[in-house]
Formats: sequence, C-alpha cells, structure tokens
Amino acid sequence: MQKRLKIGVLYSRVRVEEKWIFAAMEKRGIDYERLDDRAISFDLENPEPWRAFDAVLERSISYTSGLYALRLLNSFGVPTVNTAAVAEVCGDKLTTSAMLAKAGVPQPRNVVAFTPEAALDAIEAFGYPVVLKPVVGSWGRLLAKINDRDAAEAVLEHKATLGSVQHSVFYIQEFIKKPGRDIRAIVIGDRVLTAMYRKSEHWITNTARGGEGELCPITPEIEEMCLKATAAVGGGVLAVDLIEHTERGYLVNEINHTMEFHTMQPVSGIDIAGEIVDYTVKSAVGGG
Amino acid sequence: MSTVTCPECEAQIGLDAGTEAGEIIVCSDCGVDLEVTSIEPAAVQLAPMEQEDWGE
Repeated sequence: MQKRLKIGVLYSRVRVEEKWIFAAMEKRGIDYERLDDRAISFDLENPEPWRAFDAVLERSISYTSGLYALRLLNSFGVPTVNTAAVAEVCGDKLTTSAMLAKAGVPQPRNVVAFTPEAALDAIEAFGYPVVLKPVVGSWGRLLAKINDRDAAEAVLEHKATLGSVQHSVFYIQEFIKKPGRDIRAIVIGDRVLTAMYRKSEHWITNTARGGEGELCPITPEIEEMCLKATAAVGGGVLAVDLIEHTERGYLVNEINHTMEFHTMQPVSGIDIAGEIVDYTVKSAVGGG
Repeated sequence: MSTVTCPECEAQIGLDAGTEAGEIIVCSDCGVDLEVTSIEPAAVQLAPMEQEDWGE
C-alpha cells in the first residue's frame, strides 16, 4: 500500500491565500500540518521530526525566517516549495537581476554601488530618472524614483544614515515609463498558469499599492519570456513581473517566490491555490 | 457569531463564520490590525508591526 503523504505548510499569517491553500489540501484529503513560523524551532542534531514531512510548502511572510527554514529543511533532505536556492535568488532583487543577466533574459538596466559617492557617480553616468530599490523588500515599499541630482544626494544620504547595512547596497535601476500598467504572470513548474495586467496611474503598479487587476492574454512571447525567467532563477511556484517597453518589448522586472494571488485567483478564475498544492505533492518524496 | 474586544479601543467586534486562527482582521472602530489568536474561545491581540523583510 502506498504511504500517505504528509505535507507541511509553513506560514506566518493566515491570509486569504493560506485559507485557499488549506482548503485545497482538505479538498484533496491530504494529511497536512500548519506550521506557524513564530512557533517552530529546529534542532540541528535531531532532524527526524522534520523528516516526517514528505514536502513543505513555504508561505512565510518574513523573507529571513522563510529562507532559513528552507535552508534547514533542504539540509535535512526535506523537499520544499520553493527550494532554498530559489528563495535565495528571488528574495534578493539584485541577485535576481544578476541571474537574469547571466541567462540573457531582457530586463531594465541595473547598476550597483556600495557607497553614496560611488552610487551618485553611477547615477550621473546613467542619467535621470532612475529608481533606487532595496535589495530585499516587497509590496513596492521604499522604492524611490530619483529625478535629479538633488534628490539623488538626499536619498543616498538618508539610506546610508537611516537604513540597515543592507541599504548601503545601492541598487540602481533604469526608470521605465510604463503604459499605466505592468503584467504579473503565475508560473508553476513549466506552465504559465495565468497573467494579469496591474493598472495604476502611479509609477508603482503593485496591487498592494492600489493597482487594479485585469486579465492579460498569455501570448507566445509572454509565455517564452516567463519560462526563460523562471528557469534562470531555478523554477518552482513563481510570479514574474513584466514591464512593457515601447521599443525593447517585454522586460522582466522581478520574480516573487511566495507570491500573493488574492487578486489573480478571482480575476483569472483559476484555482491557483489548488495548482500550488498539486505541485507541492508532486515535489514530495514519492509524490511524483 | 463570536465576539471579541479590541485591545486598542475596546470596541466589540464580531468574528465572521470561517474565521481562522492566524488571520488578520481590522477593528471596524479604530482601524487597528488584530491577529485572531484563538477561535474557541475567541481571542485577538494586536497584530505584529510590518517588518522590513516582509513580503511575497
């Protein structure tokens, strides 16, 4: 008789996405356990309790907690969605850019410097406007559009003085004038599941910042771009954000590894939570 | 429907059917984020403040 799989779901908050994921687990009769990342601990000398899981789906809201949990689980030999290697790349936007560049995936131009002085020189050489992005962060927070030297000097000084050490990794990106929208696509394994326009008059189109969702047809071009992008970061359950450039076509802006889909699921009518659960089962020991 | 008291403003808040432990609700009176810590008995506490590395 085949062993019944046991799946762990690592989470911090029960958002609507987690409710949908739990419901999909229950609908499929899967033996799963809810793992609150604020309550768990890992004994490195005793990985056995964790090896009881055939796979763990990571949905932590904290990048740091999620990443370390994945590293430990993978070191114990427990399959995870996504893997620690993918989370390492996707959770750090600069590392994502480096992997996309290595794979030749079109993206906005990026430069990096480690002091305000070097960053200012790089921005001046780049030309205005530019966008300064934190290497770790989400929901469109702490993005700064820099229109001139005065703004550059002010923001660089603020970041160096007020921010954590990580804010002194000055990640400078070309500003792309978007047509009032960008595109988010959900990729699971080798399938582009669905895509959505995120519309906003603001230059930040993230739905967490008020952007509105509308279904976007998956053209062959979008599909190819998304699959190239996810392959470049290691693949899994991923959300690819695309920008439409008037001359250069689609550019990959970022890739999220614990994506929210509270707008995408109703807009697309696709059971994204169910697809994630099915992929997790396939990733499990003996689940394929 | 279970009722909880907002720890910030003491408003009485009804929990919808289907509410789960770990869910975040918003106090309809003062707007503070509350985390549902238990369903039976119903209990809430102030939700943790958003951290810099939070996201998707």
